[in-house]
Amino acid sequence: MNWRGRFDEHSIWWRVAADFLRSRIAIAGLTVLALVALAAIAAPWITPQNPYDLMQLDVLDARLKPGTPSSAAGYTYWLGTDGQGRDLYSAIVYGLRISLLVGIGSAAIAAVLGTGIGLLAAYAGGKVDAALMRLVDLLLSFPTILMALMILAYVGKGVGNVVLTLVLLEWAYYARTARGQALVETRRDYVEAARGQGIPPWRILSGHILPNCLPPLLVIGALQIARAITLEATLSFLGLGVPITEPSLGLLISNGYQYLLSNEYWISFFPGVALLATIVAINLVGDQMRDVLNPRLQR
Amino acid sequence: MTGWLLRRLAQAALVVLLMTAIVFVGLHAIGNPIDILIGEDLNQQERLQAIARLGLDQPLWRQYLAFVDGALHGQLGKSFVYQEDAIRLILHRLPATMELAVGALLLAVIIGVPLGLFAGMKPDHPLAKALMAASIVGFSLPAFWVALMFIMVFSVQLGWLPASGRGATRELFGVQWSWLTLDGLQHLVLPAFNLALFKISLVLRLTRAGVREVLPQDFVKFARAKGLSPARVVLVHVLRNTLIPLVTVLGLELGATIAYAVVTETIFAWPGAGKLILDSINSLDRPVVVAYLMVVVVIFVTLNLVVDLLYKLLDPRVRLEGAR
Repeated sequence: MNWRGRFDEHSIWWRVAADFLRSRIAIAGLTVLALVALAAIAAPWITPQNPYDLMQLDVLDARLKPGTPSSAAGYTYWLGTDGQGRDLYSAIVYGLRISLLVGIGSAAIAAVLGTGIGLLAAYAGGKVDAALMRLVDLLLSFPTILMALMILAYVGKGVGNVVLTLVLLEWAYYARTARGQALVETRRDYVEAARGQGIPPWRILSGHILPNCLPPLLVIGALQIARAITLEATLSFLGLGVPITEPSLGLLISNGYQYLLSNEYWISFFPGVALLATIVAINLVGDQMRDVLNPRLQR
Repeated sequence: MTGWLLRRLAQAALVVLLMTAIVFVGLHAIGNPIDILIGEDLNQQERLQAIARLGLDQPLWRQYLAFVDGALHGQLGKSFVYQEDAIRLILHRLPATMELAVGALLLAVIIGVPLGLFAGMKPDHPLAKALMAASIVGFSLPAFWVALMFIMVFSVQLGWLPASGRGATRELFGVQWSWLTLDGLQHLVLPAFNLALFKISLVLRLTRAGVREVLPQDFVKFARAKGLSPARVVLVHVLRNTLIPLVTVLGLELGATIAYAVVTETIFAWPGAGKLILDSINSLDRPVVVAYLMVVVVIFVTLNLVVDLLYKLLDPRVRLEGAR
């Protein structure tokens, strides 16, 4: 019994993976994403400079054009330097770290929280369900940036508060999806059978219903990570996010803003390209995941 | 219909009331307003007098009622920075933001609908596929970065369009507008297009999906069989049925556009409400933040209501359901 179940599950995920790889553009997205993630993880080993260590920065090297050799350190600034003399390539790779960490971290916390609340609402039903879903409706009916500004106006700036804001904004998407999916699953025969066997409710929820709710939640997760990264960059750009000494991509772009008018494009341009590549890659992967995992589209 | 409208109005009022409560509690969660409103150089007795004068010795629910009462009379306090009535300050800046938001929506429709129509009619055309791929990039583009790139290319390098401010304005109905002068229009192009980028992708995709859904239906075949010209079939029968969901989405998007204008206005130094709110957050000008939130909430709830109503009027199926 048990090995059969595991085998079937395995083959389903194999089929999903095979379907996923059928799209060339999705493979491209996945490749870019893997490269970005690897670069972010290996940042200290693949960059010539730690951009957060003020000792390593040389103010005399500020605002150098791409391809200029460093005056003292003995390497070339392939993407140029920013206003503080940071090597832009190093700063971008380190900035990707913050962007990915904030994006994935907030999405993960929101996913756990939102799924839990959604399942609870579906299971409890009645007034609890109605109250929770009204709250979700209220949250989702206002634009994200407005809610983010509102929350940040209250809690103050900083990375931790940005993550908190993102979690507060994102959980509702997971909650709504998890609830909807769980309501469908609860009426299925296998849940009835599990109840008949006297399995406790929380185990039916976590062991039987949750795994069947995962596919749509995964899709939402991918798209939410992209949204979270964009929002973090936007908030940092507006000066409400990360501290100025540890610039994320948004802050790097913001710092380059003042030099843009004197045609020193690279300080804003390259971090933006990195940001765009990351977000497009995640969206491509998420888009293909939706196509593959959507049962209505399956042949 | 009347019953539905009344119910919907009550709901809207409840949401606004709920938001006042959230904003009010939030206001109390962060620090004591006494420290902000009253100088430190007062002695104990003067302090107590000031607290009594501001009503801060009352229980919280009484203070809340006073706050709601003030809100109903359009009084949400004076700006610390501008020394002006906060609500009036916001309302004074709002037309500039509306101008930008409406401009962006117009651009989205003018560009997005024809492209979406094409992509829907010929889904296998290479150009249609390229459009769909481009729309994913359009969804992904960080608006603030695109704004900087616009400034770099069109203002700094090519020198075609101005990068900051509203330019010359002309008065209409007692409000200054940029779109009535050539200089103002030139100033409007870059920020409006920047704000529209995301919406162009959205409209393109919605129109395409709508066309794909409407095309195989019987009334389209019937219109063709009647011998109507292909242009008439597409422009009247297909487009009309595609536009119904589009109207509702765009109505809701107008609210989102007003909110997202914060970013665009900051970069292009557009003197609208969005730039004001960001400056106010940075200078801890709390009355202005509260007033902005309340104004936007009211705009939002009103838009939701109007969109619901429009949907009922436009789609006969929904109307029938409501009449039962």
